[in-house]
Amino acid sequence: MIVLTSEAVAAGELLGEAPSPRARTTRAQPRKRAPGPSRRGILGFAVPVALLVVWEGLGRTGLAAPNLLPTPTAVLDTLGGLVLSGELFGHILVTFARVAAGFALGTAAATALGALTGYSAFYRLLLDPLIQGLRSVPSLAWVPLFVLWLGIFETSKIALVAAGVFFPVYLNLMSGIHGVDRKLVEVGRMYGLRGLGLVRRVLVPATLPAYIVGLRSGLGLGWMFVLAAEFMGASEGLGYLLIDGQMTGRPAAIIGGVILFAVFGKLTDALLARGTRPFLAWQDSFAARREREDA
Amino acid sequence: MLSVDRVSKRFDSGLLALDAATLEVARGEILAVVGTSGCGKSTLLRLIGGLEVPSAGEVRIGGRIVDGPHPEIGFVFQEPRLMPWLKLDDNVTFGLAGERRARRARAEELLQEVGLADFADALPQALSGGMAQRAAIARALATEPSVLLLDEPFSALDAFTRAALQDHLLRVWERHRPTMVLVTHDIEEALALGDRVVVMRGRPGRIVHDIAIGETRPRARTSARFQRLKEDILEALQLVPA
Ligand SMILES: Nc1ncnc2c1ncn2[C@@H]1O[C@H](COP(=O)(O)OP(=O)(O)OP(=O)(O)O)[C@@H](O)[C@H]1O
Ligand SMILES: [Mg+2]
Repeated sequence: MIVLTSEAVAAGELLGEAPSPRARTTRAQPRKRAPGPSRRGILGFAVPVALLVVWEGLGRTGLAAPNLLPTPTAVLDTLGGLVLSGELFGHILVTFARVAAGFALGTAAATALGALTGYSAFYRLLLDPLIQGLRSVPSLAWVPLFVLWLGIFETSKIALVAAGVFFPVYLNLMSGIHGVDRKLVEVGRMYGLRGLGLVRRVLVPATLPAYIVGLRSGLGLGWMFVLAAEFMGASEGLGYLLIDGQMTGRPAAIIGGVILFAVFGKLTDALLARGTRPFLAWQDSFAARREREDA
Repeated sequence: MLSVDRVSKRFDSGLLALDAATLEVARGEILAVVGTSGCGKSTLLRLIGGLEVPSAGEVRIGGRIVDGPHPEIGFVFQEPRLMPWLKLDDNVTFGLAGERRARRARAEELLQEVGLADFADALPQALSGGMAQRAAIARALATEPSVLLLDEPFSALDAFTRAALQDHLLRVWERHRPTMVLVTHDIEEALALGDRVVVMRGRPGRIVHDIAIGETRPRARTSARFQRLKEDILEALQLVPA
């Protein structure tokens, strides 16, 4: 009896009877069980919408005190008012600028240092213990020092965001480079690659996935730290909106601010994820597949 | 052309993997190396390729001491080692410089020769083990190296594909006659392809036998001489009682 194994099929390919990769994927299609993209999107909205309805109901029936938990419509009202007065746009812009500047600075520093310590064992031994030590300082502990050094205005706020962004980017890049498959590096060396050539053609592409993970968690921390920075004294920004709402007893403004933080945090992360997806298309990990399906 | 002169390799772990191996390979010769698992075949090949530094002795190619990887040496590793982020066309032309269009054309040619013509745009993750290994062979042949080192290149392949690729390898050899060292655990393969067969054994690995085949290719695998040589090698491996 002849048993056709996959290897026998491979032999068939050798004779020019290869099914094209395209043909393979279409054949695999009908087995897909996950819901289609539109249904998946709707699923994610079901619980928040239900919560909103319950919340509105609680407010309207008087079960929730409006001075503690204003209804969603009241929150919308407040946000609408801020939009109409032109105030909100300014707050958003200021916070965005702080996150962007801090993210750029933190990423630049982390990339330079992470590349250095990832690539060179000497610099890893020299610098990594110090950086790891600094990492264990709760980053908010830097606030008084930054204010003392850099003043209470923009510079200290941007520095704090940068400090938050720095560590995840640095760590992921360093361990990413350090963990590149030695066997692939050998292939590069076998083809005469050294120094920059090896970095460009093997190390960079092999490290990108880890680096992008670092960028995304860095951005998340950036949003967290901008809030902390704005709490420590600001006259503008989404964080100021929260503090101001607390001072003036306007819970709707606070909740509105929280929602805006969530929206913008998620939005910028989604942009980053989308922008970097082409670099990750080759990844064959479970997580990467999940990511592709979820997106 | 290629000389291995009393080369030993002791790893940092203290393990002596190769003990005073001595070999001469003439220009354009095909040397087959057989041996039991773990006897240092890959280590020997990596030393020749400049990927490991000998603890004693020296490796020379064309009179020059090998002290690191050299673009004139082609290497097919025991695993495919394709770059997972590159499509197959870019993987097989990894060692080639030049304009993109020309490389693409060359890649299609190379892939055609190993039966992967339809997979130029596939990523390595979409390949079976045997297909990936064929792509790795195509990549090593792309640069037309003057020395070609192959570490069990066909072991992941079924019998039919293996025979086809052995023929392909011989055709490539006919074309520009590289000096080849082929590690294999398939004695018949060694006898079918090699001008000489070297037998390694033991721990630390030693070269215990060096047999000249001296017969033109292609060879009839059923001839009496072929069978006798096969038994000689099995005996040298101490896999059958002497
Ligand atoms: N980098 C290393 N560090 C320490 N020991 C090693 C290293 N590489 C190989 N060895 C050891 O050297 C010995 C020879 O290994 P090698 O890979 O050369 O064997 P091989 O003959 O190719 O075996 P196989 O046929 O299974 O591929 C083994 O005992 C292995 O454990
Ligand atoms: Mg081996």
